[in-house]
Amino acid sequence: MTILTENALDRITGPGKVSVSLSVNEETHAVEVEPRRTLLDTLRVDLGLTGTKKGCDMGECGSCTVLVDGKPMYSCLLLAVECDGREIMTVEGLSSGDRLDPVQQAFAEYQGFECGFCTPGQEMAVKGLLEASTTPTPEEVQRGVSGNICRCGQYRRIFKAAAAAAEVYEAARIKGG
Amino acid sequence: MARLVRSKTEIEGTIYEELALVEGEELAPWTDTVGLRYVGKPIQKVDSVERVSGRAIYTSDIQLPGMLYGKAIRSPHPHARIKKIDTSRAEALEGVRAVITHLNTPRIEWQNKTPLLDVVVRYAGEEIGAVAADTEEIAEDALRLIDVEYEPLPFVVDGEEALKPGAPQVHAGGNLVGGKPRVYQRGDLTRGFAESDFVVEHEYRTQCQVHNPMEPHGYVASWDGDSLTLWESTQSIANVREEVAEAFGLPLSNVRVICEYMGGGFGSKQTTRKGTFLTALLARVTGRPVKLILDRREDMLCTGNRQPTVQKLKIGAKKDGTLMAIDLTATVSIGAYGTYPMPVDGPAQTLYLCPNVRTEVRTAFTNTGPHCAFRGPGYAEGSFALETLLDEIADTLRIDPYNIRAMNYAKKDQVTEQPYSAKRLDQCYVKASEIVGWKQNSGLTREGSKVRAWGMASQIWGGGGGPPAFAWVKINTDATVEVIIGGQDIGTGTKTVFAQIAAEELKTDLEMVKVRLGDTQGTPYAPVSSGSRTTPSVGPAVRSAAMDARKQLLEIAASYVDAPIGDVDVRNGKIYVGNEPSSRKSLMDLAEEIGELNIVGRGSRGPNNQGLDLRTFGVSRVVTVHDSGLILNPLGAGGQLEGGVVQGVGYVLTEGRVIDTRSGIVLNPTLEDYRVPTAMDAPPVEYAFVSVPDEAANNLGAKGLGEPPLIPTAPAIANAIARATGLRIRSLPITSGDILEGLRKMRGTQEVVA
Repeated sequence: MTILTENALDRITGPGKVSVSLSVNEETHAVEVEPRRTLLDTLRVDLGLTGTKKGCDMGECGSCTVLVDGKPMYSCLLLAVECDGREIMTVEGLSSGDRLDPVQQAFAEYQGFECGFCTPGQEMAVKGLLEASTTPTPEEVQRGVSGNICRCGQYRRIFKAAAAAAEVYEAARIKGG
Repeated sequence: MARLVRSKTEIEGTIYEELALVEGEELAPWTDTVGLRYVGKPIQKVDSVERVSGRAIYTSDIQLPGMLYGKAIRSPHPHARIKKIDTSRAEALEGVRAVITHLNTPRIEWQNKTPLLDVVVRYAGEEIGAVAADTEEIAEDALRLIDVEYEPLPFVVDGEEALKPGAPQVHAGGNLVGGKPRVYQRGDLTRGFAESDFVVEHEYRTQCQVHNPMEPHGYVASWDGDSLTLWESTQSIANVREEVAEAFGLPLSNVRVICEYMGGGFGSKQTTRKGTFLTALLARVTGRPVKLILDRREDMLCTGNRQPTVQKLKIGAKKDGTLMAIDLTATVSIGAYGTYPMPVDGPAQTLYLCPNVRTEVRTAFTNTGPHCAFRGPGYAEGSFALETLLDEIADTLRIDPYNIRAMNYAKKDQVTEQPYSAKRLDQCYVKASEIVGWKQNSGLTREGSKVRAWGMASQIWGGGGGPPAFAWVKINTDATVEVIIGGQDIGTGTKTVFAQIAAEELKTDLEMVKVRLGDTQGTPYAPVSSGSRTTPSVGPAVRSAAMDARKQLLEIAASYVDAPIGDVDVRNGKIYVGNEPSSRKSLMDLAEEIGELNIVGRGSRGPNNQGLDLRTFGVSRVVTVHDSGLILNPLGAGGQLEGGVVQGVGYVLTEGRVIDTRSGIVLNPTLEDYRVPTAMDAPPVEYAFVSVPDEAANNLGAKGLGEPPLIPTAPAIANAIARATGLRIRSLPITSGDILEGLRKMRGTQEVVA
């Protein structure tokens, strides 16, 4: 909410749009955005990837979590221009076609959600956690999603879902050698 | 067919007797789940894939061709008169398509006899206009270019201050809402206290809790001539449609409201806010679709909150713990708009057997964001005072907290003098006590500097629902089923439960059933999703419609296979005669011969004629045990209980809006500064149900349970803190700082280990 009365017409217009090349879910997109546009708005508005949610737009709720170079990050705190050339993965990239990722399957099975609005962010946080280690401790799971608020309060179920997904990832890792 | 009947309905603690439209036959309730295929089973949400894959479309995800972005212009002052608005610099900014203020907008009636866009603002953050622009960023730029000259007026942000003589007036006519307190009385209070062996009185303060659904309030409006389509994140598409139609002078048929997926509301999205109308106005003046999504600060300031209360509670009891008199005087602040308080007086009136009771609620307007219902409204606030004071009395009289609750058990509703439809709170007490192994002095353990103790609290809440609520059930030629509802699924699993009910009644596979909801177009009316009412109101209508469809189906099938209707059954589209599949004949064969089937069953929620549907809970690791009638889906019900407890934990320990009384500004309108529970704060929650159908409630035997788990969580935790530390903290939230300070005071200079 803006309640400033600052006279700043010339200061807010900026240099205009710039070209950015974004790699999202293994596809390259050339977009023209204002330098101030966040990665979150770029994903949602410019690329139509609305699975990533905007819950606060100031890095406090985690609904906008995506993976950037494999690490979970708040896309509302990143500018699109900062992400030029980096690998971004959103919830849309987690499933392939109708095949859900084990993380998504576990969220569905353990009902790690009620309204589902924070779910894509929670899933990307868990995905990021499992990218780092397929055998996280319960404390690591808890800490791993501690930056993602679920106002429906389904945390215990989210922990169960994450643990179940970890088992699938670990089994696949062992099998894959 | 359709007929008018009288029905009693309980909504968020208040009972109404009304004429109601019902249709269809009344069905006998399910009495248990033996032999049922889906009802009573832990069924995964039918829309899980949409929700976990990011494909579910919420209001904020709607993007339309040519769509503009709106932002509201908001007052920085808690109370002021607008002297001048100059929008010319904003209008000159490239990409700005409209600026609306009271100067260029027709009057739309708002609450408390004020217009939508007023020249007086009554809280910091109130809307005074709106902007539409090509992008959200440009709309925000435009806000900075709007010059408003305000004449600041005296303001008051505290309810008690607001009711003092000479306080600044929020509205002409005084700050006491309704002009007088709301008073309830039974028995003889003076005699009750005189006959008591022990009388105790304390003051309790409960804070303003803010809903903070993860999806902020938001709207997308699109006009086609005189017809408006509105996407809104709402708990009631029906109410939004009615209010918008009235505001714009449109017939209902010209307004369509859509909300298929909804990112949480908890009460805040059951009241229509100014944003709805501002978005529709912007779309109208620009001739283009407009999307206006609140940011987190706006959501926290302007979309409702739980009323703060100050409660003076006095209780008289006999030595053995028998309650003799309860006297409650509460002051609640409802903010700048509203017409009544939430029922903070409900628990004192109904939770325990007590012959002499008086409650007085003084409701104050304040220059703060308007309140509204918040999960267990009024009862959560009232239960904190009642349940902690009762616990204190039990301590003083050396009675087990369990016993004092059991001995003062109310078997009937003492306000209406009517029996409950079913009340098995006593069974909840027994079950919860068994689970935690409740004993005298209840599990006080010390381990180094760590002290653990149990605390218990009870509650009562309605939840039987009532008419009007309707449903249609359509059976397609390929035997698939569509359940059609003019209501919404606010994240509670409504779609899933309705699919279960329809599949059960139609004897078809769950996968064959699709539930269509979240759109007022082409659907029958369903009520607001509030008051734990959706399942017990709309669910029975689904069952009644499914039954109607099934009857039609059986009649058609019987005449097709030429058998008596009593011998015919249809399951998953296959026709059976006796118990045998009819040779060669199925619904598909029939459809092939006649072209198309047309089966639409209609049903409604029946009337309540058996008194009230009140139900209840007992005890807090957190252990929560509920009588909610028949549990239709234990997986979904468990999610409601866990989540309600977590919100209750926030209410008692961390949450609270902070307003600077000197500036009238909210200091913590962010999720950084206003602390909702995170994954680090969620306690293990164990839950259990009594799960006996309430046959007098409705044809499902089920009652709602969205709100009850929150209500007793705060007093149960406060009572556990008291048992562990000896501290009675009577003001919410109870922070670790409060406990430390209390312990320091209690122990003098002795060092305290946290």
